[in-house]
Amino acid sequence: MKARVTISLKNGVLDPQGKAIAHALHGLGFDNVGEVRQGKVIELDLGDIAAADAPAEVEKMCTQLLANTVIENYEFELLD
Amino acid sequence: MKAAVIVFPGSNCDRDMKVAIEQSLGTPAHMVWHGDSDLPDVDLIAIPGGFSYGDYLRCGAIAGNSPIMREVVKRAASGTPVLAVCNGFQIATETGMLPGALLRNANQKFICKDVDLKVVGENKRFSGAFASGQVVRFPVAHHDGNYFADDETLARLEGEGLVAFKYADANGEVSDATNINGSRNNIAGIYNEAGNILGLMPHPERLISEQLGGTDGKLFFDNLVNSLN
Repeated sequence: MKARVTISLKNGVLDPQGKAIAHALHGLGFDNVGEVRQGKVIELDLGDIAAADAPAEVEKMCTQLLANTVIENYEFELLD
Repeated sequence: MKAAVIVFPGSNCDRDMKVAIEQSLGTPAHMVWHGDSDLPDVDLIAIPGGFSYGDYLRCGAIAGNSPIMREVVKRAASGTPVLAVCNGFQIATETGMLPGALLRNANQKFICKDVDLKVVGENKRFSGAFASGQVVRFPVAHHDGNYFADDETLARLEGEGLVAFKYADANGEVSDATNINGSRNNIAGIYNEAGNILGLMPHPERLISEQLGGTDGKLFFDNLVNSLN
């Protein structure tokens, strides 16, 4: 089983990289682009973990290491 | 008095920290490798600057989960003074020893220069060499020094005198113009509630002699060592 964790900055947390991306997109003529927020995607191979155990396990990984919940939100999906 | 400097793969201010502490202390500081889980019996723990684990994932995140940090967190909780500089500050917030987080600088640039800092909160151990309101000059060298905390945490830090230093001008004026990296309320360093942990982005260990351009850092370390003796 695999998991795909998506981490994004919380609302209200300044994202200078997102701003720089927005600026560059505007420079390329994509004038419709408003706010840009950059995040990250982490894919995990969970081996042969029991499907029922996977959500709690990934949740723990997110809170203990993968995301800093002071500044970041996380969500994840499990993939067969 | 005994001191330990924690060394991670990618630390690059550990030697400077050792020299600064030893200059004031007069005896050698222990250098403790991140993979160790035993920490000698010491009166001061320094978490130095650098790019531990290459800043992978988030700056300080992986170092914050290294074996030695579990011991550092325990010692800090039982009152051992901890000085966390630059990457050390990032690591300290990642472990929850200090509130908030350090984000990418608002201008996206790596900032490397001497800056003026206003001494804000009073803490005899860490800032006893300076008067509250005084301006000191320490160097900064960071890409992720933009201090963030939510409104509630910020109000608590300010209200309880836990803000240690703020980015200011030479006259001690704190404004948007002197906020080099976008930190909330111009915060450059903070104390924990118990007052035994200082986390700051600027590097006092880099200005410890006239040959290096200044001695504000020496005053800082002399006071720290004296207060622990």
